[in-house]
Amino acid sequence: MKNIKIKADNLNVHYGEKQALFDVSMYMEEKQVTALIGPSGCGKSTFIRCLNRMNDVIDICKVQGKIEIDGNDIYAPDMQVEQLRERVGMVFQKPNPFPKSIFENVAYGPRIHGIAEHKSDLEEIVVNSLKKAALFDEVKDRLYDAGTGLSGGQQQRLCIARAISVNPDIILMDEPCSALDPIATARIEELMGDLKTEYTIIIVTHSMQQAARVSSRTGFFHLGKLVEVDKTETIFSNPSDQRTQDYITGRFG
Amino acid sequence: MGFILISLIILIGITSYFLGNFRAKNLRTSNQKNLKSLSHYYGYYVALWAVVPALLILLMITSFKSFFIEQYVLSDFIALGSYTETELSLLFTQIENTALGIKLFDENTILIDGAVNKLNYINKTIENLTYVTVLGFSGLLVLYSVFNINHKLNSRKIVEKFLLVLYFTCSLVAIMTTVGIIFSLLYETLRFFSQVPITDFLFGLNWSPQRVFVREAGDLDTRDLANAFGAVPLFAGTFLIALIAMCVSVPVGLLTAIYMSEYASPKVRDWAKPIIEILAGIPTVVYGFFAALTVAPLVRDIGQGAGLTVSSESALAAGFVMGIMIIPFISSLSDDVIKSVPQSLREGSYAMGATKRETIVKVLLPAALPGIVGSFLLAVSRAIGETMIVVMAAGLNAKLTANPLDAATTITTQIVVILIGDQEFDSPKTQSAFALGLTLFVVTLALNFIALQVVKKYTERYD
Repeated sequence: MKNIKIKADNLNVHYGEKQALFDVSMYMEEKQVTALIGPSGCGKSTFIRCLNRMNDVIDICKVQGKIEIDGNDIYAPDMQVEQLRERVGMVFQKPNPFPKSIFENVAYGPRIHGIAEHKSDLEEIVVNSLKKAALFDEVKDRLYDAGTGLSGGQQQRLCIARAISVNPDIILMDEPCSALDPIATARIEELMGDLKTEYTIIIVTHSMQQAARVSSRTGFFHLGKLVEVDKTETIFSNPSDQRTQDYITGRFG
Repeated sequence: MGFILISLIILIGITSYFLGNFRAKNLRTSNQKNLKSLSHYYGYYVALWAVVPALLILLMITSFKSFFIEQYVLSDFIALGSYTETELSLLFTQIENTALGIKLFDENTILIDGAVNKLNYINKTIENLTYVTVLGFSGLLVLYSVFNINHKLNSRKIVEKFLLVLYFTCSLVAIMTTVGIIFSLLYETLRFFSQVPITDFLFGLNWSPQRVFVREAGDLDTRDLANAFGAVPLFAGTFLIALIAMCVSVPVGLLTAIYMSEYASPKVRDWAKPIIEILAGIPTVVYGFFAALTVAPLVRDIGQGAGLTVSSESALAAGFVMGIMIIPFISSLSDDVIKSVPQSLREGSYAMGATKRETIVKVLLPAALPGIVGSFLLAVSRAIGETMIVVMAAGLNAKLTANPLDAATTITTQIVVILIGDQEFDSPKTQSAFALGLTLFVVTLALNFIALQVVKKYTERYD
C-alpha cells in the first residue's frame, strides 16, 4: 500500500438548489495516477475541482465535507487558497495558454509566487518545465513566440509545463485529451507515465481505454455518486457493481 | 396634390395585390397546371408593377416641373433680354408671391399680371397631366402584369430581385450622402486654399478671421489674409482639451470597467451599468451649462484660492466635463471586452494560484488590451468632435497656450463661431470653416480607422 496523498470524506456539493455530489469518500495514492470515469454530468469534474478549490470561483457552489491533503484540511479557515493551488496544479479540458509568449506562459506561476530570485533561475525553471512536459525540443527556437500559435497538442503540453513550473505535489487533469487528436493524446499519455514518478496525478477522462492505460486506481462516478473505486485492473475486469459493469461494457453512457 | 395622388397609387397597389393573387389562384384551379410560385407572390408582382413605375414617374415630373414652369412663366421677360439670371429668379419669386396674393411691388404690373395668369394656368395643366399620366401608367401596367401571369412566370424570383435592388438603393443613399459631404467639403476647402496658402493655415500661429470680416470683400488685402487664418492655436486648443478629457475618462472609465466586469455582483451590475450608460445619453448642451455654470466657477475659485490666475472660462473646466461625458464610452466598451476574455483564461490563472488582482493585471488586461485601446481611440475622436461644452465653458478666444487654466478654443467651436450670423458665402472667412471641418473629418476618420484596425488585428488571439 502506497502513501495516501489525498483523502475525501463525505463530500457533498450543491450548485444552488441542485446537488452535484452525494457523500463521496475516496483516497488517492501518492505518485500514482488515479482515473475518474463516468458519463457526462456525473460529477467527476466537480469532484476534482474541489481538490484545488476551483469551485470557490462559482458563487452558488457550496461544498460540505472534508478533503485532506497530506493530512491537512484544505477547506480549513486558515488555508490560503493561493498556496493550496500552488501545490495542486491543474490542466483543463481545452488548452488555455495565456495570450503571451511561450516563455511568459511558463514563467507566470514562478513570477507570481516569487519562486525565482534571478532571471537565470527563472530561465532554468522554464526550460526544465518545458523539458518535463516534453515540449522543449519543439519550441526551443521560438520561446518568445505566442503560446496561442502552437498546435492543440503542443498547447496542452504548454499548459502542463505551466502547471509543473511551480513544482506542485499534485496535478489535476480534467479531460486533458478531449480536444486533441490520437497522436497528441498518445504523447500526453506517455508524458503522464513520466510525470507520475514525481507527481500525484488525478485524471478525469471519458475514454475508458485511457483510464486503463494510464492509471493504477480508477473511480467510477454515476449521477453524483461514487459507485465504485478500486485497482484499475479490478474495475475493468471484475467490477463489483452492476452499473460499473454496464458502463465499461458500453451499455450506457 | 401629392398626398392624394400617392394615396391613390397605394390604393391601386393594394387592389392589384388581390387582383394578382386572385388571378394566380384562378389559373391554378382552371388550368390544373402548377404555377412556379405561391399565389401571393403573383399578388406582390402585380402590386410592384402598379406602384413602383408610377412613383418613379411622379418623382421625375416633380423634379423637372419647377424648371419648366419657370421657363414658361418668364418667357416674356426672357424675350426682353434685359434681365440677368439673378433678377429673373427674384422676379419669379415675386410672381409666385403675387399669385398667392402677396403684393410687394407695383412695377411691371401688366407683365406680372400676365405672368401670374400663365403661372396659374401652367400649374393647373401640369397637375392634371400628372394625374392622368401617373394613374394611367399604373393602370396599364396592372393590366399588363395581370395578363402576364402564366405558369412559366416565376414571380417569386422577380420579387426577390426587386428587393435586392431596393436594398442596394437604400445603401446607396447613405453612401452617396457621405461622398457628397466629402466632396462639398473638399470643394469649399480648395476654394479657401486658393486664397489662403495651405501652409499658412496649417502652420500659422494667429487665428483672427474677424479681421477679414470687418472689411468689405472688395477691400481685402493679401496682408489681411496672410495672418488671419493660422489654425495652430485651434489645433492646440483641441488637443489640450481632449487631453484633459482623456486624463479624466481613461482612469475612471477603465477602473469602472474592471469593477463592473470582475467584481460587481450581477445584481449591482444590472442597475449600475444602465445608469452609467445614461451619461452618454445626456444632451451635450446640458453638460455645457453644467460646465459653464458649476465647474468653471469652481475651478476659478479653487485656483484663485491657491493664488493662481484662472480665467472664468477655462480649458480645464471644459476638458473635465467632457471627460465625464466620455466615461461611458470607455467603461462600457472596455467592460464588454474584458468580459469577453474567455473564462478558461481566468481559471487557468486562478489554478496557478494567482489572486484576483494578479489575474486581472497580468492576464485579463493584456488579453483585452486591443479592445481597450480601441475604446480609448473612439473616446478621443468623440472628444475632438465635441462642440457644445467647449463653446459654453472654454471660451472663444483663440489663444496659443498650454495652460489648462486659460481660456482655449477648439476647431469645432470656431466653426460654430464662423457660421453664426449673416455673411457672404464666398468670403474666405466662411470658407475657412470648411477647411476646419475637413481637417477635423480627416483626423477623426484616421482615429476611427486606427481604432478599428487595432481592435480587428488582435481580437482573434484567443478563441
